[in-house]
Amino acid sequence: MNFRMTIYVLGILLAFEGVFFGLPALTAGIYGEKQVWLFLALALFCLIGGFLIASRKPKNRNIFARDGFVIVALSWIVMSFFGALPFYISGCIPQFVDALFESVSGFTTTGASILSDLDSMPKSMIMWRSFTHWIGGMGVLVFIMAILPLSGASNMHIMRAESPGPSVSKLVPRVKNTAMLLYIIYIFLTLFEVVLLWCGEMNFFEAVNVSFATAGTGGFSINNAGMAGTSAYSQIVATVFMILFGINFTSYFLLLTGKFREAFNTELRVFLLIIAAAIISISINVHQMFSSLGETVRHVSFTVGSIITTTGFSTADFNLWPAFSKTVLVLLMFIGACAGSTGGGIKVSRFLILGKSMRNQFRTMLHPRQVRKVRLDGRQIESETIRTINAYLFCYILICIVSMLVISLDGFDLTTNFTSVAATLNNIGPGLSRVGPTENFALFSPLSKGMLIFNMLAGRLEIFPMILLISPMTWKK
Amino acid sequence: MNIIIVGLGKVGRALTQQLNESGNNITVVDLDAGKVNDVTDRTDVMGVTGNGLTRTVLEEAGVEEADLLIAVTGSDERNLLCCLLAKRAGEGRCQTIARVRSPQYSEDGAFLRKELGLAMIINPEYAAAAEIARVLRFPSAIKIDTFVKGRIELLKFKLPEDSPLCGMAVREIEPKLHCDVLVCTVERGDEAFIASGDFIFRGRDVISIIAEPKNAFTFFRKINYKALPVHDALIAGGGDITHYLCAMLIKSGIGVTVIEKNPDRADQLSDELSGVTVINADATDQEVLMQEQIDKAGAFVALTNIDEENILLSLFARSVSKGKLVTKINRIDFDHVIERLDLDTVIYPKNITAEIIVRYVRAMKNTIGSNVETLYQLIKGKVEAAEFTICEGSPIIGIPLMDLKFKEGVLVAAIVRNRKVILPRGNDRIEDGDAVVIVSNHLGLHDITDILR
Repeated sequence: MNFRMTIYVLGILLAFEGVFFGLPALTAGIYGEKQVWLFLALALFCLIGGFLIASRKPKNRNIFARDGFVIVALSWIVMSFFGALPFYISGCIPQFVDALFESVSGFTTTGASILSDLDSMPKSMIMWRSFTHWIGGMGVLVFIMAILPLSGASNMHIMRAESPGPSVSKLVPRVKNTAMLLYIIYIFLTLFEVVLLWCGEMNFFEAVNVSFATAGTGGFSINNAGMAGTSAYSQIVATVFMILFGINFTSYFLLLTGKFREAFNTELRVFLLIIAAAIISISINVHQMFSSLGETVRHVSFTVGSIITTTGFSTADFNLWPAFSKTVLVLLMFIGACAGSTGGGIKVSRFLILGKSMRNQFRTMLHPRQVRKVRLDGRQIESETIRTINAYLFCYILICIVSMLVISLDGFDLTTNFTSVAATLNNIGPGLSRVGPTENFALFSPLSKGMLIFNMLAGRLEIFPMILLISPMTWKK
Repeated sequence: MNIIIVGLGKVGRALTQQLNESGNNITVVDLDAGKVNDVTDRTDVMGVTGNGLTRTVLEEAGVEEADLLIAVTGSDERNLLCCLLAKRAGEGRCQTIARVRSPQYSEDGAFLRKELGLAMIINPEYAAAAEIARVLRFPSAIKIDTFVKGRIELLKFKLPEDSPLCGMAVREIEPKLHCDVLVCTVERGDEAFIASGDFIFRGRDVISIIAEPKNAFTFFRKINYKALPVHDALIAGGGDITHYLCAMLIKSGIGVTVIEKNPDRADQLSDELSGVTVINADATDQEVLMQEQIDKAGAFVALTNIDEENILLSLFARSVSKGKLVTKINRIDFDHVIERLDLDTVIYPKNITAEIIVRYVRAMKNTIGSNVETLYQLIKGKVEAAEFTICEGSPIIGIPLMDLKFKEGVLVAAIVRNRKVILPRGNDRIEDGDAVVIVSNHLGLHDITDILR
């Protein structure tokens, strides 16, 4: 383990978080809220602390795969801890575990909240919540790498550990430039959404907040009414952008460079197909609950887009929908968005690869000597990748089971337990029953909240960094 | 610059690392996904798995935007074809370098290069042989680099414990020894120094000096350092390097004995090279070595295919003889361990090839603002020597060197004006059209003005 390098990266991260506190401080300043001093103090504290820690550059900047995982996992924990301080110190959230839950839920773009009354929250706190979505969406270390050369050659280990998807591909030869390109696309799409929402009935503050929450596929609401209280126009804009942010960013790069065929790869096509199929089947199932066909399709596509991209906004209380629709939604929760997007879940490409490798396995049973490789978009998938996905899936199921056991101690019904685990591990936000779209997570005991916090982090970082962080194997000399 | 490297063998990997460090955008291509993953894990480059001879793979690697493609796969034909394809696919924009190592083709090197429109054909074995031949002609040096078309030689040698130079300061060399040499760098253990006037030598220092060849001889004589060329050489192993090397050594009148294990290969060598004694025997047999008088040979060159064997053979040679030793190491990557062994000169063919190509890439960048002519790594990753041509209007023209404000760790090592070599002192000036050699620990100098504060 390269401890010095780990500490150094954490220092840089802290300094960056100090910079991030600037935005809510600005918001507080504009709205004349007293939290402006709190945010400024925190910003200054993080900046100075971060610089002090990072001022001693480690001589040996080489990191290996092991360090990559540990650095990423620790970074997210540290970032979430400091992100929780504004909520706790300002007294907006009196319990620290609740503040941490809110902060982790923000950074991991889950959007599960323990707050029941948002209208009484200061605007700056609302802004900080939404901003954490935006920072966490693309990954804060990727952001830092776009600006600073962290560790030279081995940046890839960090990028791989932080980026969602079974394998990470670079857009251009250098990690720094790749990270920069990703953020340029991200920022451009976000700005585009802000402008479109601002053109509707929303004011600038609302447009920015909703855009942040959509961009990171987070889903924190800005008031008690949530997206249900907005116009049809805003809902349609949000639907389109939720789906756009659930698409692999590599596709946008390929589109920009004129490679249209490569951009519409199998994963993207299957992703869009799943969305279409879900919208049609749920619409048929729920059409009598709405007054017109247009309204049905609007609400259903918003909900489907929101769930599959793991955003977690809602315009309709899908907890009241028939069992078939609810089941489809729960399935969508597990499928998740495309690899390399800001969304969570297991990812469409993992299912594609697993499905293909399963079919291969069947063929091998019929033709035992057959030699056949799994291919996706004409490219051979290495057996290493398939093995990693298998391990990932098993870990995923294990975590599901263990957390359901832990949470069941609180004594809620099975639907609540199951969907709360699914909603946090897949970074969605709302589940069903007691954690449905109109409810919140405040009802759980601190132990359950701790478990869910772990789930959110594990889900966002795709299991392995968190598991490896707590595994004794990692720390053995 | 955007560079594509096809083939991730030893040379491919060494190239990837060095070119990446000098700030190029690199894409590597190899058939073996494992190799590609390994390289992209260790260095910040993009990897493409696939056959570099197909258009789709070349396009995926970005051949349209590439400035240079280097083909270093295991096969000569594949390398040439790959370069041809890249040239066409990149619409002539992409320059190409191919490794062609077979002796049969190497005679047609110039022809191939011209007809196929390649920027450069590189033959690692030939390059390694050339380096060994240079060392044997001047055995006191560990390494010799030449500048300004061979007019200046930069010699690296290890100071013996009993040398009169020990305890002397750099500035005392001229008054005490009366010869015109310039000390550039000194390596002591892991440290590297750019020699200033007050620097005091110690035994076992590795020193590099710049001098004209005849001055260098005088210098070595005065410090009691044996500096005669070798008269005869014993070579263990009869591969391609041996083939080239024998031809070179015979030309400079050095007697050569080659020990080769494989009878067919031994036959072939003795056919192709007249004037060489070819012994068909196993070089690891001590009796054979003693029979061929390893203890009296002026030089022993270990060129078998097994690195470990080469090291052991050289160590054995050292134990029985005082001659010059050259050891070839292909694969193993333990420079700092090998350096500690008493092996004289160690030759890494992959690094020689990589260095030549890196030098070419630097020169290519020339056209975009820099004017580096030649570039050598004097001490790996620490000190470089670069040759610049001074163009009209350069801000350093006509100012005495002592009035120029140089960065720390920069040394103007030589000025060549009208074919005359000047070892610069404080009063000398740089003029328009001069070739200037700069030794510096600032890596990646691009322009002569980079040496100023």
